[in-house]
Amino acid sequence: MARMELRNVRKSYGSVEVLRDIDLDIDDGEFIVLVGPSGCGKSTLLRMIAGLEPISGGDFLIDGERMNDVRPRDRDIAMVFQSYALYPHMDVARNMGFSMEIRGAPAEERARRVAEAARTLGLDTLLQRLPKELSGGQRQRVAMGRAIIRDPRAFLFDEPLSNLDAALRVEMRLEIARLHQRLGTTMIYVTHDQVEALTLADRIVVLDGGDIQQVGSPLDLYERPANRFVARFIGSPTMNVVPATGAAGGVRLADGARIALPHLGDAGNAVELGIRPEHIDVVGAGAGDLEATAELVEHLGSDTNVYAQVDGLGPMMVRVHGNIAARAGDRLGLKIQARNAHVFAADGTALRRAERSA
Amino acid sequence: MTTRSSPLLSAARYLALALYLGFALFPLYWLLKIALTPDQLIYTEGTRMLPTLTTLENFRTVVFQTPFLSYFRNSLVVSLGTAAVTTLIAAGAGYAFSRFRFRGKKLIIGLMLVTQMFPLLMIIAPIYKMVAALGMLNSLTSLIIVYTAFNIPFATFLMQSFFDGIPRDLEEAAMMDGCTRFQALRKVVFPLTLPGLGATLGFVFTAAWSELLFALMLINSNETMTFPVGLLTFVSKFSVDWGQMMAAGVLALIPSCIFFIFIQRYLVQGLTSGAVKG
Ligand SMILES: Nc1ncnc2c1ncn2[C@@H]1O[C@H](COP(=O)(O)OP(=O)(O)OP(=O)(O)O)[C@@H](O)[C@H]1O
Ligand SMILES: [Mg+2]
Repeated sequence: MARMELRNVRKSYGSVEVLRDIDLDIDDGEFIVLVGPSGCGKSTLLRMIAGLEPISGGDFLIDGERMNDVRPRDRDIAMVFQSYALYPHMDVARNMGFSMEIRGAPAEERARRVAEAARTLGLDTLLQRLPKELSGGQRQRVAMGRAIIRDPRAFLFDEPLSNLDAALRVEMRLEIARLHQRLGTTMIYVTHDQVEALTLADRIVVLDGGDIQQVGSPLDLYERPANRFVARFIGSPTMNVVPATGAAGGVRLADGARIALPHLGDAGNAVELGIRPEHIDVVGAGAGDLEATAELVEHLGSDTNVYAQVDGLGPMMVRVHGNIAARAGDRLGLKIQARNAHVFAADGTALRRAERSA
Repeated sequence: MTTRSSPLLSAARYLALALYLGFALFPLYWLLKIALTPDQLIYTEGTRMLPTLTTLENFRTVVFQTPFLSYFRNSLVVSLGTAAVTTLIAAGAGYAFSRFRFRGKKLIIGLMLVTQMFPLLMIIAPIYKMVAALGMLNSLTSLIIVYTAFNIPFATFLMQSFFDGIPRDLEEAAMMDGCTRFQALRKVVFPLTLPGLGATLGFVFTAAWSELLFALMLINSNETMTFPVGLLTFVSKFSVDWGQMMAAGVLALIPSCIFFIFIQRYLVQGLTSGAVKG
């Protein structure tokens, strides 16, 4: 059980500043997911929490106790590495029990806990094998087993599923969700995968350029992104962003179309309009806000993706629920769901809604 | 590589291997042949592949009537001492080079490379003066020190490359599991470095075992003579006694062979496989 606080935490390598002024409170038992583009410092932040990387500035506290100079072994945190980092010369049982072995736990207690964890993870029959005799998925499970056996006060995961194939990923994702439900331990999880982030997280932390861009629940980030970066980073397919000019009660687009945005108090300093593909409706030509030509239509069964070329505006992607009859080359009208539209100022920040749409 | 290849190709491969082996092993065969040939036949039979008569007389003479055993023991002491001390120091230095960033690292690596650039002949005189000034001429310790000094750079780079091959994640995982850095080193890194330690030990041992130049300069007394120097005594004493010299050579191969048989299981690569993904 652990409450974590990061206060103005900084990290630099020599003169290169990788992270600056990270402020974050993590509640006991919370599942936090760190996302951000490659190289933004997710692993670095995780490793500072683990104690594997010195903190260049600021304070890191667990349960109110300053941890900056505490060794990894004394932080009581378990970590699952992307590479799994199994000890190649030890069999599965010893790999899993190693933390207890180091702490001098009696052999029979160790064996009991290992057997228990192995049963949960379906590793019972593999206990005598060496890591090199396991499949990728089995190695991943051993790495998880090694972490859970200790009953630590927090778990850290650095892209734990990224080396698995799609089916196994889904399975292990559910496994981790179940684990969190069962143990209720604080977890911090780094991933590149949108679905993992949106499904697992209590709160998502979006990192970019060494800063936290936004912290919020998955729905929060999806519905109320704080800025253009978060808006485009969260959600798949990516949000369409087109140039726009603020006008009274709405915005004017480059093709001359006027979009009324009554839910925005003042869109005066807007320079861009953002709209997610799923928030655009396809209507008959001439009946919508925008006129477009379908360039490519993908039928996914449950959804239809339309890659459209909008007259005077450029490409936009539209996702329609269910099947529609559109084909490449068709002329379409596009209707923007104004209450789901986002508007960004010149510095990229999103203009807040005047009233929340429930 | 494909497992199936044309029989012609694999025949050619075996032929090439056989040729190479023949080339590499022939001198050893010749050594053994002359050692087993009775003295009076060495010249008369010349280049016959198999001697008409064989004898162990040469070996008997070498072992019982020359100070060979003493040379042998001295060489063993020097080589084992050098191998142990060098490997210990090289392992520490190699680990530091592999894992830590510290001031002066580049400079130290540069200096170590520089020491490898000079022909040994150039520095023999200064080394002699230093050892003489310390009053350590004719001592095995001086040889161990000198050999250690000369082998450390290469051995360090060798060890560093072995440490580089062990993923850092493993140590970090061990530290997360509750190890101190030293425990992680002992319980995780050390067992995985055994092949590296074996290779380094073997390399340094052989280098020290066959070193002649410094041994010749620094050792004069018969009591502390090492084997390669001792071998030269066969030239003067018995007006090049080929048979005994070769017999001594054959005996000198034994420790090297034993040593490599002993460490070869640690030389088998792939100990770290399975550590990371797959
Ligand atoms: N030892 C180091 N020395 C200098 N710079 C480093 C070092 N380690 C990491 N960095 C830099 O710090 C930045 C953050 O690295 P980090 O590994 O945390 O990124 P990440 O967000 O985990 O990326 P990815 O998603 O690709 O794993 C990178 O720009 C990287 O170049
Ligand atoms: Mg990373």
